[in-house]
Amino acid sequence: MTDVVVKRKRPLWYNLSLGNLPLPGIISILHRISGALLFLFSGFLLYLLGMSLASPERFDDLRQLLSHPLAKLLILVLLWAFLHHLCAGVRYLFLDVHKGVELRAARATSGAVLAVSLVLTAVLGGLLLW
Amino acid sequence: MVKRHVVGAHYGLGDWLMQRLSAVVMVAYTALFAVAIIAARPIDHEAWRGLFSQGWMRIATLVFFLSLFLHAWVGMRDILMDYIKPTALRLALELVVILALVGGAGWAIDILWRA
Repeated sequence: MTDVVVKRKRPLWYNLSLGNLPLPGIISILHRISGALLFLFSGFLLYLLGMSLASPERFDDLRQLLSHPLAKLLILVLLWAFLHHLCAGVRYLFLDVHKGVELRAARATSGAVLAVSLVLTAVLGGLLLW
Repeated sequence: MVKRHVVGAHYGLGDWLMQRLSAVVMVAYTALFAVAIIAARPIDHEAWRGLFSQGWMRIATLVFFLSLFLHAWVGMRDILMDYIKPTALRLALELVVILALVGGAGWAIDILWRA
């Protein structure tokens, strides 16, 4: 086996603990966590949608509910979960068609996913809740 | 005669494809929703309800919800397969997910067609 030619050095990552993931790995586990969060709170979100459409009084009740700091926090978390899941998902669709699979591009787009979803959460959350 | 395959490959391909197709549908709906919201500003109850009482918006939202529930099923099943090793518990949780999603779909249709 001496004539095996190593064409390209590929990155190795032996430490698979969550705190030591490379950036694309963090994006991946956050994609899973955000998806699970959205599923777990989908009933709550449907309840809010029903409230908003039921009647003008219920619409005002919803406004009242969303003025509570804890409700604002929960909506911000779910908004982030949606936006992160969306941005990371679009990135995965590009990876599926072999766009951005090189190490440098994969890391850059991971950073972009993290940053864009956080900034959008702040902007949209601000517009929606304040 | 039912042709049975006891073992074989690409059983997951349908799920994989469904996950992608439903994702694309939801991205398209999100863009449509954003445009509709911007066009309907300022959003009070009347404008909000008016948006959802239009036929095309109801159908688009229904297609979004159906994609969402298929997407959530594939995703939640993947999570359960990864972390829940006892078969009986996993099947029980999968059943809970299915019931929650079917119930949620019915609830979503009820909300949309009452608006």
